[in-house]
Amino acid sequence: MKKRKLIESIIHGIFLILGLVTVGCVLLITIYLVVSGLPAIKEIGLFNFLFGKEWASTAENPKYGILPFILTSVYGTCGAILLGVPIGFFTAIYIAKVASKKIKTLVSGAVNLLAGIPSVVYGLVGMLVLVPGIRKLFNIPDGSGLLSAIIVLAVMILPSIIKVSLTALEAVPKEYEDGSLALGATATETYFHISVPAAKSGIAASIVLGVGRAIGEAMAVMMVSGNAPNMPSLFESVRFLTTAVASEMSYSNGLQRQALFSIALVLFLFIMLINTILNLFLKKNKETTK
Amino acid sequence: MKRKIYNDLLKILMVLATIITCSIVLFLVIYVMAKGLPNITWELLSTKPSILNNTIGILPDILNTLYIVIATIIIVLPLGVGAAIYLTEYAKNKKIVSIIEFASETLSGIPSIIYGLVGMLFFCEFLGFKTSLIAGALTLVIMNLPTIMRTTQESLKTVPQNYREGAFGLGAGKWHVIRTVVLPGCVDGIVSGCILSIGRILGESAALLFTAGIAHTLNDIINGLSNSGATLAVALYIYAKERGEFGIAFAIAAILLIMTFLINLSASLAGKFLKKRKNI
Amino acid sequence: MKKIIAFIIIILSASILSGCGKTTGTVSTDGSTSMEKVIGALGEAFEQANTGITFTYNPTGSSSGITAVLDGRCDIGLSSRKLKDEEKAKGLTETILALDGIAIIVNTSNTISDLTLEIIAKIYTGEITNWNSVGGSDSTIVLIGREAGSGTRDGFESITNTKDKCNYRQELTSTGDVITTVSQNPNAIGYASLASIKDSVKALKIGGVTPSEQTVKDGSYVIQRPFVLVTKTDVKLSNTAQKFFDYITSSEVSEIISKAGAVPIR
Repeated sequence: MKKRKLIESIIHGIFLILGLVTVGCVLLITIYLVVSGLPAIKEIGLFNFLFGKEWASTAENPKYGILPFILTSVYGTCGAILLGVPIGFFTAIYIAKVASKKIKTLVSGAVNLLAGIPSVVYGLVGMLVLVPGIRKLFNIPDGSGLLSAIIVLAVMILPSIIKVSLTALEAVPKEYEDGSLALGATATETYFHISVPAAKSGIAASIVLGVGRAIGEAMAVMMVSGNAPNMPSLFESVRFLTTAVASEMSYSNGLQRQALFSIALVLFLFIMLINTILNLFLKKNKETTK
Repeated sequence: MKRKIYNDLLKILMVLATIITCSIVLFLVIYVMAKGLPNITWELLSTKPSILNNTIGILPDILNTLYIVIATIIIVLPLGVGAAIYLTEYAKNKKIVSIIEFASETLSGIPSIIYGLVGMLFFCEFLGFKTSLIAGALTLVIMNLPTIMRTTQESLKTVPQNYREGAFGLGAGKWHVIRTVVLPGCVDGIVSGCILSIGRILGESAALLFTAGIAHTLNDIINGLSNSGATLAVALYIYAKERGEFGIAFAIAAILLIMTFLINLSASLAGKFLKKRKNI
Repeated sequence: MKKIIAFIIIILSASILSGCGKTTGTVSTDGSTSMEKVIGALGEAFEQANTGITFTYNPTGSSSGITAVLDGRCDIGLSSRKLKDEEKAKGLTETILALDGIAIIVNTSNTISDLTLEIIAKIYTGEITNWNSVGGSDSTIVLIGREAGSGTRDGFESITNTKDKCNYRQELTSTGDVITTVSQNPNAIGYASLASIKDSVKALKIGGVTPSEQTVKDGSYVIQRPFVLVTKTDVKLSNTAQKFFDYITSSEVSEIISKAGAVPIR
């Protein structure tokens, strides 16, 4: 009997440790990023680093300003959200409420396929179709730049937005909609004025997911955005926070290498900040609607 | 009248958006398949690249992908299922539960390039695994932990509480109950979590660039795990961006697309099949 | 159940532990992307002649390869430029493997086929911005270049005297990438290793001289640089690495080097 109890407590301990593995991983990642990222920031100076407009990591007098990268990531994500959310939102409502069962399975299957496509495939198609297309369409010397990246990112976040919004919309109690229809509203009006507000927090969560995905994407964006450290402008070759790290990491050393870790740290903090703010906003909204 | 226009406008927008989404998917699939399938030859699939003969083969990449998937799943399953079991069966302290769940959510939001960076620093340099498939697999383990935890947790929650109570009532210990009553009941959740993770692993490239490297040598599983190697997604990137071998890149893209489709299919089929078995 | 777990643990530990520690029978190289074809061909030939030895190559760029051999992460570093004095002072020796021309490439649809070195320098510093100033169509010139640690970029910029003055539209991380990008943009101009050039782009004549193995060897094609093997001065190479080193610096491989597009010097 005692032996059984001993085994039971050992196993309890094992599971406790397993449970804490995730916490350990988060701590590990945070500690590593902070430890590797702080030295360069100290040496370059926080203000010069975050707000310096020039990045020339291997020039004779190296400059390490990452404002171009920060702004590019911000603009790129906003652009992707502006393009992707409306399309995803309306598609989700259509699938959830209007489509017949057959169409629903078809379109859901298509969305699932889109969600599973590896990011490098998006980059490949973007590189060979989108970039020359933009070059010919707008008659500019080189099609790779911020616009191509925004379009690719918008397509990539589409499945996340659709899937999460879909779940939220389908969870709206039928009584809400029936009540609205009984009061004389059309089906469409019901969907947009009753179901959508009821699913507000789920839809907002899908946007948060989309933002996270867009700001963290590296590979697909690296293949279509040109990779020069310019201040962002729609048709200019640009570098994101993610691609800045990826493109110079393999050959960097010394202060340049540490500066790249600092960029990763900034990216990490950025994402933590966005997630926390948006989640707080969501919780607040949830409470006021209750 | 205004009301009708408003209604019609919304209807048009919904249909338009859905058409846009579907055409994007259709275009991607058709374009990739049309450009990729003609390039898939037996030679491509079964040889390794040779500069002397000026040929390209992706057998090493296929094997590397297989090795990494196996290694990652073997390591992440016990960790993830164990953590989920802890959260649903053992944890009494609400605070610990919320800390663990917060950590899990945080992990799933971190971009893959940061995983690649930390993986390189921790697994390759600090633990000394050098650029190798096993370092890549360990990085992927951390990335997929939240997924396995979440799906297992949800599945554990569907096991009716009276199953457990009945077993306790008969005098069984907690671990015994979990092992014999609860776990078999949530196999479908674990399996679907596995399939989901495999899909993610197949598509992952940013996290593997710096941890698993880009070599194309043919290895058995033990040598393969300890050497650097490119997986299919990483190989696609290299062939497309750095070698300009678009035919090969599209062939790999087509293969990945087919694999994604098969994984989605097997996920939904497995879900239905196992659910049916459970309800018998 | 327990037996299965134990079995898995054994397999795992065996597969992990057997990977740690240096395995004999490998030679690892790291560095220049321009040297990929040459060193790849040599490595493959070496593996075929010596079964059981594994050759690995990591294309990370010249500067990164030099760092790698300094840190001990590889046996032989590969650089497509000569070592700087401060790098030699850190205890590195350079051995020239072959010569390579740097081709100036444009899109196959571009009508220009011959430019002088001075004009190319002016294009890259931004003095000349439109193709019609040099006799081509009316379109903006798109400057493609390499990342800052590239040996090819170093060679190009020092010979054209444009160090730190180039205003690139895109900075790519490998020779292959430059070739791909130029082949897809009719207005692009770039520089890449002659050994890697394919028919997808057009290599310009410089002052009337066509880049080829012959013109690089006799020096009439001026944009060229050496392919260099970098080793630590006071550390002996492992047996397999030394065998490889002797093999590729012997005269029996000159045909393999030519076939790969570089210029053998032995």
